[in-house]
Amino acid sequence: MIRMNSPSIALLAACAALAATGPAGAEGWQPSKAVEIIVPAGAGGASDQMARMLQAAIQKHGLMKEATVVTLKGGASGAEGLIDIKSSPPDGQKFIIAQSSMYTLPLSTNIPFNWRELTPIAIIALDEFVLWNNAAAPEKTVKDFLAAAKATPMKMGGTGSKREDHILTAFMEQKAGVKFAYIPYKSGGEAATQLVGNHTNANVNNPSENVAVWRSGQVRALCLFDTQRMDYKTKVTADQSWADIPTCKEEGLDIDYTMPRAIFLAGKAPPEQVAYYTDLFKKIAATPDYSEYMANQALKPVFIEGEDMKKFLETDEAKHKALMATAGFLAGSN
Amino acid sequence: MEALDSLMHGFAVLMTFDKLLLMMIGICLGILVGVLPGLGGPNGVAILLPLTFGMDPTSAIVMLSCLYWGALFGGAITSILFNIPGEAWSVATTFDGYPMAQKGQAAEALTAAFSGSFIGSFVAVVLITFLAPSIAGFALRFGPPEFFAVYFLTFCTFVGIGREEKHKVIISLVVGLLLAAVGMDTVSGDLRMTFGSMDLLKGFDFLVAVIGIFGISEILLTIEEKLAFRGHASNLSFRKVFSTWASLPRYWVTIVRSSAIGCWLGITPGGAIAASFMSYNVAKQVARDKESFGKGRIDGVLAPETAAHAAGTSALLPMLALGIPGSGTAAVLLGGLLVWGLQPGPLLFVEHKEFVWGLIASMYLGNIAGLIIVLATVPLFAAVLRVPFPTIAPMIIVFCAIGAYAVENSLFDIKTMLIFGIVGYVFKKLDYPLAPLTLALVLGKRAEDAFRQTMIGSYGDLSVLFSNGLVATIMITAILILFWPLWSRIIGGLSGAAAKRSDVPAE
Repeated sequence: MIRMNSPSIALLAACAALAATGPAGAEGWQPSKAVEIIVPAGAGGASDQMARMLQAAIQKHGLMKEATVVTLKGGASGAEGLIDIKSSPPDGQKFIIAQSSMYTLPLSTNIPFNWRELTPIAIIALDEFVLWNNAAAPEKTVKDFLAAAKATPMKMGGTGSKREDHILTAFMEQKAGVKFAYIPYKSGGEAATQLVGNHTNANVNNPSENVAVWRSGQVRALCLFDTQRMDYKTKVTADQSWADIPTCKEEGLDIDYTMPRAIFLAGKAPPEQVAYYTDLFKKIAATPDYSEYMANQALKPVFIEGEDMKKFLETDEAKHKALMATAGFLAGSN
Repeated sequence: MEALDSLMHGFAVLMTFDKLLLMMIGICLGILVGVLPGLGGPNGVAILLPLTFGMDPTSAIVMLSCLYWGALFGGAITSILFNIPGEAWSVATTFDGYPMAQKGQAAEALTAAFSGSFIGSFVAVVLITFLAPSIAGFALRFGPPEFFAVYFLTFCTFVGIGREEKHKVIISLVVGLLLAAVGMDTVSGDLRMTFGSMDLLKGFDFLVAVIGIFGISEILLTIEEKLAFRGHASNLSFRKVFSTWASLPRYWVTIVRSSAIGCWLGITPGGAIAASFMSYNVAKQVARDKESFGKGRIDGVLAPETAAHAAGTSALLPMLALGIPGSGTAAVLLGGLLVWGLQPGPLLFVEHKEFVWGLIASMYLGNIAGLIIVLATVPLFAAVLRVPFPTIAPMIIVFCAIGAYAVENSLFDIKTMLIFGIVGYVFKKLDYPLAPLTLALVLGKRAEDAFRQTMIGSYGDLSVLFSNGLVATIMITAILILFWPLWSRIIGGLSGAAAKRSDVPAE
């Protein structure tokens, strides 16, 4: 519908002709038709929202000549999206907003996917995790919470199985010597509602998944799974800002766990495409849309590219593999 | 009343030329999107979302919600004309809508469907206007056991109430459950029955299956039965619309009941599909002349449409009040809210009053405008059936293929659709009911997830399904309905013996 096939072919031909006759323009490589943003998650989820933000920022500030199209490929916990980008040609017409499922899924299900086969562009944000319980629950600190969990088994809600929420829950079990009944839901929103309705005792949702119910005073933020507190000091609830949530380490639970939001191009993209997209995302990161979005969703704004990005992913993957091995989440041959 | 004041204020916000124009554009685009199966609500809203980035939030949401209305109305058109449900909740509309079209009553069926959806959503909007704050909390009472109980009740209405042979209903249901299990399992995170195929990873999409099962198989049957199929005569006039309207008051009981079922199930997230099926089955059960259902009865169209739209609309309530999207489309709208810098959730009503009441007012106006526009197109769409079959059949097949492709932009889905077409054909030939299979395809996985979540939470204790008033009531109702034929035989036997009357007593 949005992919204008014949005009874009014409444009492509024109570009080819131009490239053949004259010297390469000062502009360098550019996409020749609408660029597809692959979202390996469902409609309305955090990745989808991020894609819409990117789309809006690109459109409002005229950062790209061509339009962008968001394609949701959320089937099988996002495996559908991973397989899609894996089987796409390296033509720079498509990028994916990947998250830690790029290594947890292949580890837990054996789907043939390896992020090393793609071209990493940049990690544009880190998603935080917070330990939440129901505002009406008597446990007001992490210590009380863990003590209560040891005494009577608690129900922990989360998104999906053998993925970030489940892995983080297992991480807590390993560190604190407690045991939770982990209940997998379809989405973070569902996990949030189930906590408010008292059908679970806690969850480890991302800030954006719980912010609505936190602001209305229905859930309590116990601690942040990061090495330092968040920077956002504007009050979100009546008396708390994101920066007021203590880290779990401060509270005696030494766990840090974040999730990268990473951009990849399909296949082994040539350097000029890498340069184009790195530049594009740098420009996006400088827009007010981006910083507003980071603040609203309480994401950690980062820009990690090149070798640093690869190193980050290698380390994060190894950490996941170890955690999953201990929890018994690995599929047969891993 | 405060709600009324706010609503009037909302109307005032909307009554500008450009907002009304946006509404009209939204509705027309929505109908176009709704007519194409597979390209329903969520995809349509997602495609048009970028168009609205430059607008102010109120204009944007007005246009998108009108698009949603248009798509809802449009979904019924293909269900009735070609037996291809555009959305999951239009499946029950095909049961009587398509036979009506076959009998040359397409105009009546379309009018009934549109009026039903109008009334259903209207009731739900009124509910949202006045009861939003007090009712929103109801959704919170639904945990895994309650969700499972609702799905269980829906399955039970099929087995207990259907007139088809019980073993065939159950076999069809089980085949559906089996197919629904293909793909990633939410509870264990493992892949099931994918046999290493990457195409099977995401499982069978319901819409793709339904387009094949209903649309393609119908064409196969028609080809086999009489190739000389000629178009149905239908008048290009509005007389049918008005004469159908005149007959609607007779069905007020059906309408009231279906609206109630719809609103109740809509407030529990994701209830529109269950609502349409349940409402249809209840209408069938209470009718004096059960045999005529499925052969083209007007209340067989009214019941599911009214309930589905009452449910679909009241599903927006949890989205506004709690920030939980009740449907795929609502989820996309929710994403839109964030792009426009609004944070959905309980505080939206307080912090962005103008926006919320603008949206609610646009539900009223959009619904009314939508009804007028779709009714105006009834004669046009009814006339489509005058086209001879050999001309229109290839077009329908192309139409189905586009629809199946559009769901996920996947070529594999077209093959899946064709295979499901053959499955549907075989089922029809052997006289197996298709509805239980489709129902199981839609709700099977959710029912399974809910059951397993329940069992994780209760450490395997089944008594949790009867642990509170809400879940126990639903479960007991479900079990009573499941064994309905048994009860009605016992009661029938007793009263028959007592009164020695020859006619079958009413249950």
